[in-house]
Amino acid sequence: MSSHKFENKVIQWLDDRLPIFSVLQHDAIDYPTPRNLNYWWNFGSLAGIMLVIMLLSGIFLAMAYTPNVNLAFGSVERIMRDVNYGWLLRYLHMNGATWFFVVVYIHIFRGLYYGSYKAPREVLWWLGLIIYLVMMGTAFMGYCLPWGQLSFWGTTVITNLFSAVPLVGDAVTTWLWGGFSVDNPTLNRFFALHYLLPFVLFALVFLHLVALHTTKSNNPLGIDVKGPQDTLPFHPYYTIKDLFGLGILLMFYLGFVFYNPNYFAEPTNYIPANPLVTPPHIVPEWYFLPFYAILRSVPDKLGGVIAMFGAIVIFFFLPWIDSSKVRSATFRPIYKQIFWIFVIDCLVLGYIGSQPPEGIMVPLGRVFSVAYFAFFPLLWVIGKLERPKPLPQSIAAPVLKGSHASHSDKPKEKA
Amino acid sequence: MADSLTSASNGSPDDQSRRDFLLYASTAVGVTGTGLALWPFIHSMNPSADTLAMSSTEVDLTPIAEGQAITVTWRGKPVFIRHRTAAEIDAASQVTLTDLRDPESDETRVKKPQWLILVGICTHLGCIPLGQKPSDPRGEYGGWYCPCHGSVYDTSGRIRQGPAPANLAVPNYTFLSDTSVRIG
Ligand code: HEM
Ligand code: FES
Repeated sequence: MSSHKFENKVIQWLDDRLPIFSVLQHDAIDYPTPRNLNYWWNFGSLAGIMLVIMLLSGIFLAMAYTPNVNLAFGSVERIMRDVNYGWLLRYLHMNGATWFFVVVYIHIFRGLYYGSYKAPREVLWWLGLIIYLVMMGTAFMGYCLPWGQLSFWGTTVITNLFSAVPLVGDAVTTWLWGGFSVDNPTLNRFFALHYLLPFVLFALVFLHLVALHTTKSNNPLGIDVKGPQDTLPFHPYYTIKDLFGLGILLMFYLGFVFYNPNYFAEPTNYIPANPLVTPPHIVPEWYFLPFYAILRSVPDKLGGVIAMFGAIVIFFFLPWIDSSKVRSATFRPIYKQIFWIFVIDCLVLGYIGSQPPEGIMVPLGRVFSVAYFAFFPLLWVIGKLERPKPLPQSIAAPVLKGSHASHSDKPKEKA
Repeated sequence: MADSLTSASNGSPDDQSRRDFLLYASTAVGVTGTGLALWPFIHSMNPSADTLAMSSTEVDLTPIAEGQAITVTWRGKPVFIRHRTAAEIDAASQVTLTDLRDPESDETRVKKPQWLILVGICTHLGCIPLGQKPSDPRGEYGGWYCPCHGSVYDTSGRIRQGPAPANLAVPNYTFLSDTSVRIG
C-alpha cells in the first residue's frame, strides 16, 4: 500500500514498517478534493480542532478538579482563583463546549442543505449523528461536574427522563444514580465517563474520516466528481482555507473567553447545589434548548420523552425519507425554502425552550414542535413533486465555461 | 489447515452436524459466560450496601401550626409534612375520582386527615414543587406547583394539571404519638 517513495532514508525505513507517512501523504496532502468547496466545508475540520482543544483544556482541568459532592464546587472555585491560569483553562473549556456545538450545528445543517446524507454517504451521516449524540452526553455530564444548582437540577431532570420507560424505568434511574437521588455516586461516575467519552469521540471521528475518504467529499453542486479536472490536492489548497476559517473561529471563541466568558453561562450555576431547593427557573445549556422545548410541548411524560429522542433519531432515516435524487438544494427550489423554514423553526424552538413554560409559550411550543416533525414527511412529498433545475455536466464545466481552450488538468482558478 | 480438515471429513454428513453442534454449543457458552461476566460491572453501579442501609427520620410535629408545612429529609429526599386546614381537607375529599389522572381517594393517602405526608419530588422529572412556604405559588388547586414544567398538585398531593403522570408518593410512616411521626 505504501506506494509513495520518500527521499529521506529514515522516513522511508519507518514507512516500510508503519505506513504513517504514506497515509498522511495520501489522505492529507495529495488527497483529491472537489475544487468547488465553499466555506461551509470548513466546519468539519473546525470541529476536529475544537475536540482537541476540549481534550487539552479538560485534561489539565482534571488535574485540579475533585469529584466529590462536598468538594467539587470549591475545587472549581479554586481553579478559578488560585490555580495558575486555572481561569483560562476553565473559560476555554466552558466556552469551548459552546463553540464546539456552534461548529457542529453548522456542519450538520451544511449536510442537510447540500444533501450530503444521500447515497453513498449514509454511513458517514450515521457516524456523524452518533458523534453528535455522544457529544451531547459528554457535555451533559461535564455540566454536572461544577456541582452548582443547575448542575444538580439539570442532572436530576435529564436522568429522570429514563424513569418514563415502562416497567424498568425506575430501576434504570436508580442504576444511573447509584442511589435514590442524584448524589455522590452520580458525580463520581459522571466524572469517569466525562473523561472517557471524548476519547470515544476521537475514535468515532477517525471512523467518520475513514468513511469520508471512502466515499469522498460531497460539494456545493452535489454532483459526483468525474475526473481529475474536478479536484484539487488537499494541501495546500484546503489546508490554507481551513486555517483561514480557524482564524475567524478563534476570534469569536477567544473573544468570548477573554471579554465575556460567562455570556453563555447561567448565574444560578454559581450557587452550590442544594438537593432541597429547585431553582425557580431551570434551563439547560443553549445547545439543548430546542429539544427541551419539544419535551415540554407534549403534556405526557412518556410522550414527551419519545418526542424528544425522536427529534434526533429521525435524522438517521433521512437518506430514505428524502425521496429526491438531487443532492444540492441549489437545484431544488422548493426544498431550499423548507430547509430555511426548518432552520428558523429550530431557532424559535430554542427561544421557546429558554422561556418559562407559561402563557403563550405553551401553545407556541406545540405549534413549532409540530412544524419540526412536519419537515420530514414534507421532505418525502416534495422530493416526488418538485421539478429540480438542470444539473451541470461536471464540477469543472461551469468553472471553465466558455474557455474550453484551457481544458487542462492543472487548476487555473478556483470556484 | 482448516481446509484440509474439513475436506478430509466431508465424506460423512454425521461429522458435519457434529461440527455444527460443537460450534453452536461453544458459541452459546461463550456468549452466556461473557454476559455473566458483565453483570458485576453493571451491578457495581447500583446502590451500594451503605446507601441501601435503611434509615428512618423522626419528626416532632408540635411546632407545625395548622396551615403550615415543613420539609424534612429522608434518604436524601425531601419529605413534605403539611398540617392541613379543614378547608383543605374538604377540598381534597370532595373531588370526584373520575376527574383524576391517577385516581386515589384522599382517605387512602393519609393516616390522620390533618397530617399530609408526601415525598416532595415531582413525579414528572424530579424537581421539588413549590408550595411549602406561605409565599410560594401553590397552583390552581391549592396544593403544590412544580416550576420546572408546570405540574399542579391538589391539597392531597394528587396530580391535576401538567405533564406529571402520577400523584406525589406517600412514604411509609408511623405515628409514634399524637405529635411525633417516624418516616421510613
Ligand atoms: C467532547 C468534549 C468535551 C465537552 C463537550 C465538554 C464539556 C464540558 C462542560 C459543558 C463542562 C462544564 C463547564 C462549567 O460549566 O464549568 C465541563 C467541565 C469539565 N470537564 Fe469537560 N468537556 C469535554 C471534554 C473533556 C475532557 C477530555 C476532560 C478531561 C479529560 C474534561 C474534564 C472536565 C472537567 C474536570 C470539568 C469540571 C471543571 C469545570 O466545570 O470547568 N472535559 N466539560
Ligand atoms: S419536574 Fe415537575 S413538572 Fe417536570
